[in-house]
Amino acid sequence: MADTTKNLEKAPAQETALAERTKDRPVFMPPVDIIEDANNLYIYADMPGADEKGVNITLENDVLSIEAQVAEVNFDKHTTTYAEYGIGDYRRAFTLNESFDRDKIEAKMKNGVLSIVLPKSEAVRTRSIPIKAG
Amino acid sequence: MITIARPTWRWDPWREMDRMQREISSFFTLPRPRRAASFPPLNIHSGDDDVIITSEIPGIDPGDVELTVTGDTLTIKGTRKPHEVKDGETWHRRERGSGDFFRTVQLPYTVDSGKVQAEYSLGVLRITLPRAESDKPRKIAVTPGK
Repeated sequence: MADTTKNLEKAPAQETALAERTKDRPVFMPPVDIIEDANNLYIYADMPGADEKGVNITLENDVLSIEAQVAEVNFDKHTTTYAEYGIGDYRRAFTLNESFDRDKIEAKMKNGVLSIVLPKSEAVRTRSIPIKAG
Repeated sequence: MITIARPTWRWDPWREMDRMQREISSFFTLPRPRRAASFPPLNIHSGDDDVIITSEIPGIDPGDVELTVTGDTLTIKGTRKPHEVKDGETWHRRERGSGDFFRTVQLPYTVDSGKVQAEYSLGVLRITLPRAESDKPRKIAVTPGK
């Protein structure tokens, strides 16, 4: 068994404002993997139950926000007798410390995992100054 | 004039009370999710003739899950592949779990294993387990004696 124990419980999303949401349902903070290479930043977020239509990604003032609406699943003739996970929406935001090429950000949703590719802007890529050992 | 910047969020006991009250009232509508024994977390929905088990296993290939039913026991087995790190890649955060998982569920009745259905969509596995015909309770008519 590897580190599957990590996401045993869905963590609630962080409250950002005093105002309440109009929908009375839980909001979770999706667990993420964030990886960087020379040209891009990759974000993977686990959001089971959300489809591509319900996902909303915004980049405003270096804050990348991810929001996903999860459709209600009805079990008309069944009653939930035991529950280990709650169902609700997802929300999480990150402050990015580099500038990215906004127009080239790509995102896709597959099997409940959101993948976002943020290409670093040309300016950032050329700005780095190589340091010589002296 | 001096103005002191206040944090936008402050601890408010009334708000906290309100939140607690809402939490308590929600106890009566749905079973409160309890901590899963292990990955993946399961929800069980019971019906008259079958049980539906749903489980959140995001980002797997449906072929990587193995389901077996023997009598009244369901076993879910599978692997969640980790991200393969290539050269020049650095981690910023690593919160998503990976590895092998294994869970067994004992149902209150014998399952008709031939009619079990399982589908995987949007990262949620949904398994329908019908009760075996031979295991269903039979009504016995009581005839008046003489």
